[in-house]
Amino acid sequence: MKFHRLVKQAFLLPLLLSAPLYAAVHIIEPSLNAYEEIQEALILAEPGDVVRLTAGIFELEDSLSLDIDSVRIEGEGMNQTILSFKNQQSGAQGLSVTSDNVTLQDFAVQDAKGDAIKVKGVTNIKFLRVKTEWTNGPSSSNGAYGLYPVESQNVLIDGCVAIGASDAGIYVGQSQNIIVRNSRAEFNVAGIEIENSYYADVHNNIATNNTGGILIFDLPSLPQQRGHHVRVFNNQSVGNNTDNFAPEGNIVGEVPRGTGIIIMANSDVEIFDNTIGENDTVNIAVVTYGSETDDDQYYPHPKSIQIHGNEFGSTGHNPDTSKGDLAQMLYDLSGGNMPDIFWDGLLPVSQLVFGQPENEKMIVSNNGDATLLALDPIKYLLPFFDPAILDINLFEGEIQPLSPVVFDENF
Amino acid sequence: MKIFSKPLLLFFAAVLYFVPIDASVNAKFLASDTPPTYLSEFGFFQDMQNQIPVSTVHPYSLANPLFSDYTDKLRFVYVPKDQKLTYHQDKVFQFPVGSTLIKTFVYLNTHGDMEAQLLETRLLINTSAGWKAISYVWNENQTDAKHSVAGATIPTTFINELGASVEVRYRAPNQNQCKECHQVNKVMTPIGPKARNMDINIQYSNGDMNQLFYWAAQGWIESNLAINSMQSYANESMDIDERARAYLDINCGHCHIPGGSADTTGLYLNLTEDTKEHIGIFKKPVAAGRASGNLKYSIVPGEPNESILLYRMKSLDPGIMMPESGRALADKKGVSLISDWIDQL
Repeated sequence: MKFHRLVKQAFLLPLLLSAPLYAAVHIIEPSLNAYEEIQEALILAEPGDVVRLTAGIFELEDSLSLDIDSVRIEGEGMNQTILSFKNQQSGAQGLSVTSDNVTLQDFAVQDAKGDAIKVKGVTNIKFLRVKTEWTNGPSSSNGAYGLYPVESQNVLIDGCVAIGASDAGIYVGQSQNIIVRNSRAEFNVAGIEIENSYYADVHNNIATNNTGGILIFDLPSLPQQRGHHVRVFNNQSVGNNTDNFAPEGNIVGEVPRGTGIIIMANSDVEIFDNTIGENDTVNIAVVTYGSETDDDQYYPHPKSIQIHGNEFGSTGHNPDTSKGDLAQMLYDLSGGNMPDIFWDGLLPVSQLVFGQPENEKMIVSNNGDATLLALDPIKYLLPFFDPAILDINLFEGEIQPLSPVVFDENF
Repeated sequence: MKIFSKPLLLFFAAVLYFVPIDASVNAKFLASDTPPTYLSEFGFFQDMQNQIPVSTVHPYSLANPLFSDYTDKLRFVYVPKDQKLTYHQDKVFQFPVGSTLIKTFVYLNTHGDMEAQLLETRLLINTSAGWKAISYVWNENQTDAKHSVAGATIPTTFINELGASVEVRYRAPNQNQCKECHQVNKVMTPIGPKARNMDINIQYSNGDMNQLFYWAAQGWIESNLAINSMQSYANESMDIDERARAYLDINCGHCHIPGGSADTTGLYLNLTEDTKEHIGIFKKPVAAGRASGNLKYSIVPGEPNESILLYRMKSLDPGIMMPESGRALADKKGVSLISDWIDQL
């Protein structure tokens, strides 16, 4: 391991008050001893240090972890510096990070036995041009998550690539202040998933060849729930027609092949200016969490959802009725004439009877010639009524734009 | 010539400590940021190879230990002179600064004619900045253990209690992995020495004695603590629910607890958790991925083979197995206990 100490440029100092004056750069090259060298560097690093992994393939048998604040791990490019866990013998992740103000950039994590990169309980984490991949293509034996920040604040994922995760390629869970941008997710079960999180901007990403492109989910019985304030804009969620390969039991296992975007049990979600098409089942689905739970703090219905200015391509030509109930229900209701946008219409009983509060109603506006199907649950339960609502104009309304997510990205 | 003596090690480890020679622990290392290169430098032991401590270092044991690939564990505690511990119900004792918990992992190979093998010694030192974990890996000659930051892989063979030889890729954890288990809400803490997990008799140099009385006799704790004692989960005369929860508490509950490193999924296996769904009963997996094994719930009452929890206890695949680190083999007795417990739920 080479070891250099560099003087930080003076103009950076105000930004790095907590960092020491001298930051070390630990340079590590691929070798038989690389695991020990990297792990030792990650443990002995001082705040402000850089651990630089040179180009080449690092064959690692055990998982790596970082728990020192303000460290940067950098490679020489996501296609140049490869951390390969093909022969991993221990540890559930490729890399795990549990410290604040960390930047991960310009490297790839391949074939981790569990999750590729897990970041838990931190403030300020940046993934820049990082790639996570399972190289044998979609398979239920791949790890669950590619990029996996959880219980964190100020999460930036920029210019990243996630391929082959058996759950979600880019997954942000139980976090706050999140930006996922300029990234690409393909051949995952879920391309990009924001779950049980507050204040997220997902924009300028490409989700393609996943089972479902972009999922905004909320699940019960977790430390943080009632996800809200998520903006999904300027993305392409197209051609997400890979068969669902999630192991059974996982919630994404119920996502039908060919889904562009699903919003489940979140509130204040704004989906705008996206291109969504060529998804075999449905372009956008807005749904209630359908399983039983004992959690009385949990709210299973989506509310205050706004969908506007999107461009829709074709959809529904080959719905996947093998997973969950969504596709079958939609197929039956639409008589095979599948809509771009689906809402299951489920609401608390009081709202079914007395109506939804105005500010919680779904607004669908300015989406070109998009088609919609919403379910009227009361008519659904009665004989002789057609429960399908097909008039998209019923959902017209004035868009109340959500605020952008802003945090200081210069940590 | 082999200086190392398995019979002697066994003798001292399991039964009795010689009247110790009067040597003192090198306290300056306990306060230092830079750990010494060799374990011997601390002065905890008058005989390293045979793990015979000096007079100020005392052996202790736990009613319910964590499973670590069938290793035997030799535990010692050092408390600075004239200092006291604080008792908290349901929590580990609060130790004074300078206290050190010493744990040596060894295959004693009691049931075969193979030499015993010292693997690693882990220290938890309570400093003014909180508990610090340091790990030492034993050399091949078994004369001393060397400080290790990144952990170590020790491929070896041991004799199990049936006398069969078993191969293992034993992994001494790195410092971060110590934190995975020992950290709650980002604060390092010991796991084992809770009063309720220590109310048992062990052998001291002057005979058999209850540990808590012994600690009281050292002046560390009061002698009249009201303790809700845990039985050993190995005790088959005990209620199976109590045994299983004791097992899950010590093997899983340090991570699967609110604030612990596995709290993200809402599966809580600490002893005091009483919500069925959080314990895992009909709880869906959240982030398990392929570790679900195509099963739907953590625990399905009456159906151990439908329960993800048991599936992950049995697995040897690093992407599936629980705990995530600290074992390369499955705990057969633990698996059987949890299987029986789920079966009768």
